[in-house]
Amino acid sequence: MDAVIIDSGGANLASLQFAFERLGARAHVSNDARTITSASRLILPGVGAAADAMQRLRNSGLAALLPSLTQPVLGICLGMQLLFQRSEEGSTDCLGILPETVRRLQAAPGLPVPHMGWNQLNRLRDDPLLEGIAPNDYVYFVHSYAAPVSAITLATADYGIPVSAIVRKGNFWGAQFHPERSAGTGARVLANFLRLE
Amino acid sequence: MELAARYRDEGADELVFYDITASPEGRSVDREWVRRVARVLDIPFCVAGGIRSVADAEEILNAGAEKVSINSPALANPDLIDALSARFGAQCVVIGIDSQLTEQGYRAYQFTGDPERTQESGRDVLSWVREVQDRGGGEIVLNCMGSDGVRRGYDVEQLRSVREICHVPLVASGGAGAVEHFTAVFTEAGVDAALAASVFHSGAIAIRDLKRDLRTAGVEVRP
Repeated sequence: MDAVIIDSGGANLASLQFAFERLGARAHVSNDARTITSASRLILPGVGAAADAMQRLRNSGLAALLPSLTQPVLGICLGMQLLFQRSEEGSTDCLGILPETVRRLQAAPGLPVPHMGWNQLNRLRDDPLLEGIAPNDYVYFVHSYAAPVSAITLATADYGIPVSAIVRKGNFWGAQFHPERSAGTGARVLANFLRLE
Repeated sequence: MELAARYRDEGADELVFYDITASPEGRSVDREWVRRVARVLDIPFCVAGGIRSVADAEEILNAGAEKVSINSPALANPDLIDALSARFGAQCVVIGIDSQLTEQGYRAYQFTGDPERTQESGRDVLSWVREVQDRGGGEIVLNCMGSDGVRRGYDVEQLRSVREICHVPLVASGGAGAVEHFTAVFTEAGVDAALAASVFHSGAIAIRDLKRDLRTAGVEVRP
């Protein structure tokens, strides 16, 4: 198995599986602690609300397991937000693997919330996950909350203010956008992830 | 399916699949078909057609769609919007509104997929736009029936009035016939996206050319 997608109870795991399939890779979905611990790489997806998702991770025991993982882990969208200390969405404590608090995007004229659409990545640092990604490539975002730009930010996106689009701390990466729905650029990010050891 | 792959390759930013006869016929869109689309598409897509419950929506999202769009079922049961938004998040919940001018002003219509069953819902469009946002709708597709199908341009005036009260993404629908119509709806109505079908299906407008012209006109679009 090339990657295991952690079943955090949210919907829409199929689109991630299909994205790996298009890359000729195999990914299966699991919430079994042993499968997760022994996986070569893990994806933490997430669609839904932070407080709900954290409750499900606590109930399944995964909230305690995830911070101890040592293999590459990629959190996507809400899955990335769950890696942080805290989220304003439902005022919930998250996994605490990454510092900072995930905050609500502020709607403004021309900047509706949720933010849904294609935005450019602005790379701050090089990283194996970003190999082959051009400086201003577009990726697809769907979110109402975002992590602030900090020392762990690899790339930002502008939505009124710059927010973290890709973060990394050690073996934990996070992507606020959906690589599985970001055409060729997203496919490259996932292909890069499959090469991480 | 061939169209889906063609639009993906031509640079469409998002696809919307409407099974417009599902609601009037009392059925909902085929899940297996959604899975087949999800396998080939690497861009977001939204599915509409007779989604009447949280369970319907869950099956469609699990099959690989990003978003579900509801129209007639939301008018019949507005609480469905709250339930979908609470379960999947506002970003998954698109509200389609078929708007037509009547003597009472713009009204939302139901079952527009079947001319014989099409009926006025009794709801004023602007108040419905406010209500669906309050209930947790995350995006609004406003289909202006008066301009739909005639390719004379989007209803910029109506879209602008909806834009003023719409704080979630607003998608223009109905009336696209030429590149200038897209430019106008982005620059004059301030919509977040423009939806079109027939001009793309027929090949009258190529997506790549459209995007190039929009960029020239100063509208930011993905290349």
